[in-house]
Amino acid sequence: MARVLLFGRLADIAGWRERTIEGASLADLRAALSADPDLAEALAGKGVQVAVDKVIVRGEAGLTATSEVAFMPPMSGG
Amino acid sequence: MSVTLQSEPFEPGALLTAFSAGRVETGAVVSFTGLARAEQGGTELLELEAYPGLTDAEITRIAQEAAGRFGLQDWLVVHRIGPIAPGEAIVFVATASAHRREAFEACDYLMDYLKSRAPFWKKSHGPDGARWIEPTDRDRTDVERWETP
Repeated sequence: MARVLLFGRLADIAGWRERTIEGASLADLRAALSADPDLAEALAGKGVQVAVDKVIVRGEAGLTATSEVAFMPPMSGG
Repeated sequence: MSVTLQSEPFEPGALLTAFSAGRVETGAVVSFTGLARAEQGGTELLELEAYPGLTDAEITRIAQEAAGRFGLQDWLVVHRIGPIAPGEAIVFVATASAHRREAFEACDYLMDYLKSRAPFWKKSHGPDGARWIEPTDRDRTDVERWETP
């Protein structure tokens, strides 16, 4: 279970910014999110980064019941 | 030494006055104020999204690195988030050092980083609708100037 946050264009594509999703790993979350093909394609896009509990991670990560997972499109700068 | 992300407008002059006050060993304070541009009517409103807790931590990390690299005594970053109207200040950076070169360079470096790599997502709302903005080639080459081989 994780609180999933979407930023920037990802939130526009999905039509939501925050949602609780069942899953014990990032792979579980990606599988659940792929129910929306547009979002799945955007998440697989170049430069999309993932943060678990506000720390950027690469590859796989285990999740706890209180994990916060953010999917972030390429950063635009201020 | 602090980063503030805020949705309320700020007054750059007041920030500079406060930052400069009470310094007896600082020879140089350099500041930069960035304003939101109207782009000849193309941008009616900017909308800046941050990830509180990650965005501020990342800016702090870079600013601390800059402080070490350039020998800063102090630094300050204030960044607007949320809706920002053309003409409003969007970012303020101030640096303090014993001598001017370090403060100039560190401020320039921090702005190049903020404009190209800081965790923000920026949307421009205009007469033709809304669009997400990504760093320009110029933003990217500006920040690459500081990378040592």
